[in-house]
Amino acid sequence: MVAEAKGAEAGGLVFHPMDQFIVEPFFGDGAVSWYTITNSTVWMAIAVLAVFALLVMGTSKRAIVPTRMQSVAELAYGFIYKMVEDICGKEGVKYFPYIMTLFMFIVFSNFLGLLPMAFTPTSHIAVTAIMAFAVFFAVTILGFVKHGASFLELFWVSSAPLALRPILALIEVISYFVRPVSHSIRLAGNMMAGHAVIKVFAGFAAIAAIAPLSVVAITAMYGLEVLVSFIQAYVFTILTCVYLKDALHPHH
Amino acid sequence: MATETTNSDGLADVMGVQSHTPADTAPGMPQLDFTTFGNQIFWLIIALVAIYFILSRVALPRIGAVLAERQGTITNDIAAAEDLKVKATEAEAAYDKALIEARAEAQRIIAAAKADIQADLARAMAEADVEISEKTAESEKAISEIRATAMQNVEVVAKDTAEAIVVALSGSADAKTISAAVDARMKG
Repeated sequence: MVAEAKGAEAGGLVFHPMDQFIVEPFFGDGAVSWYTITNSTVWMAIAVLAVFALLVMGTSKRAIVPTRMQSVAELAYGFIYKMVEDICGKEGVKYFPYIMTLFMFIVFSNFLGLLPMAFTPTSHIAVTAIMAFAVFFAVTILGFVKHGASFLELFWVSSAPLALRPILALIEVISYFVRPVSHSIRLAGNMMAGHAVIKVFAGFAAIAAIAPLSVVAITAMYGLEVLVSFIQAYVFTILTCVYLKDALHPHH
Repeated sequence: MATETTNSDGLADVMGVQSHTPADTAPGMPQLDFTTFGNQIFWLIIALVAIYFILSRVALPRIGAVLAERQGTITNDIAAAEDLKVKATEAEAAYDKALIEARAEAQRIIAAAKADIQADLARAMAEADVEISEKTAESEKAISEIRATAMQNVEVVAKDTAEAIVVALSGSADAKTISAAVDARMKG
């Protein structure tokens, strides 16, 4: 609201904080069909290359005493491996590559999206929703395959008083189906909001008097976004682990 | 979301993309432009599959192997260090033992040498004593001889002197009388 007021006062001051999220063809113009190479595609590809550079090229020496790159790669490996093992237990370890895939993609998309002029694929609900629903369906199917009908005991809180159990079951079912929604919107929302806010602050820089303040605000927001980029990747991954744990050990 | 209305909802304006570019027809949030969903989903799946293959085929086994190898190396090194430590302790004990033995040996050698030297010294002293006493006896004999000759000489000189004095005083001298007188005096 303040933005609008100021913008109006300054006249001609325009904000397009959402333009940065527009998916458009990377080469030339035209409609975006399913196979078009868009800015989103390009930045996903850069994320894939970055993952390759860090985890494959960075570890190519297989050094016992690691180089800096190899250290980071090992750190990432150890971080996710420990997370999976701690939350899902030993049985969860065989799903570690899938969870690592999600984490590496999200963390690199988030960080690369912080580069000026970059595009953040994870700021799009289409991307995060696919990942969240993939996790949701995979976990649900896995739960039924592993435990059959007894997977439904996940919703039947046996430690609660009998009278409360049907109500709790209803709540549990609702919360179970809300999971993919919150899972995906949390990530996309955080990414989108941070980038949009930075863009709004950047818009204020057009007014000379406010420009220094605007630069400071952008810097502060940028620092926060660096933190958020990692934390959201972490949160997405750890929630995936938690959901996976429910599928592996549905009994409370 | 996108509203062309001039309501007081500032957020809509801030977010609103009622402006230029292909977004002219797009909704306020490009995120909700469903025409791009197919594209994003298609490429997302490709990206995820690519990352999955990179990770599961190359990166994760390699990093896992490196970590395991490092763990093994560290364990081996620690075991080797323990071994060496035990060996060092043993070596130190052996060294201490050797040192104590060497000290004892040295003491023994010193004592033996001392005894030898003492014996040599005693023998040398005895020999020297004998030699000294012999020399003393010889010297005493020589001294007594010298003393005897000296007395004889004194007697001769006395007799000659007495004869000369008597001649000087009385003009003649009886050698026998003088000799007897001198003998008598020298005995006295």
